[in-house]
Amino acid sequence: MPKAHDVLFRTLADPTRRALFERLCREGEQTVGALTARSGVSQPAVSKHLGVLKQARLVRDRHEGRQTHYSAQLGALAPLIDWTSQMAGFWQSRFDHLEDLLKRMDQ
Amino acid sequence: MNDTATETLSVVVEREIPFPPEKIWRALTQPHLIEEWLMKNDFKPVVDHRFNLRADWGAVDCQVLAIEPNKTLSYTWAAYGLESVVTWTLTPTRTGTRLRMEQSGFRPDQQQAFHGARFGWQKFLAKLDQVLAQAA
Repeated sequence: MPKAHDVLFRTLADPTRRALFERLCREGEQTVGALTARSGVSQPAVSKHLGVLKQARLVRDRHEGRQTHYSAQLGALAPLIDWTSQMAGFWQSRFDHLEDLLKRMDQ
Repeated sequence: MNDTATETLSVVVEREIPFPPEKIWRALTQPHLIEEWLMKNDFKPVVDHRFNLRADWGAVDCQVLAIEPNKTLSYTWAAYGLESVVTWTLTPTRTGTRLRMEQSGFRPDQQQAFHGARFGWQKFLAKLDQVLAQAA
């Protein structure tokens, strides 16, 4: 497995860290405080997890006044995704539907 | 990163179908038939016509590029910032038709737009969980 995969898997293997990342994916940019409030772990722990996610380029931080905002960087997941095979699967299933329809259609 | 950002990707699906091109052409170009195998739509077989394909996960914006009845149909396919072209080619055979679909024109760096979108995210995260569980 390529090295890029190792880093991503290692980073996302921790359930707390993965939950933080998934929340940023679903809900968009958030402050450390907002993330801590619903994470069930302390703010230093959340900050540490965010640091690891940042090293893996899965999140980006943005400073605004005293607050630090974090957002998910979905591009970092690209090495894990075989895009063309997903789309090929989509079209294969559409071809199946098309053939079913042709059987039902009048000449 | 690398130089692959300028390359384009394409997906080809090809199948031998035991029906004549004329019949398949109807399924590819009549809105009520397209809906049955692909998605809801307002397709018209007219070059430059803009139409949408709609599913519960969102919509695909399309525009007809080329039409040659019973032979070839091509339209743009844009969803969540992902731009591509879908081309259908029908070739008569002794027993029916060879139907070919090619979706082309994506760049690898557009994968982010595609996967960042709602489409596939839940599935992707579920899969990731499985992969991680197996890796552990």
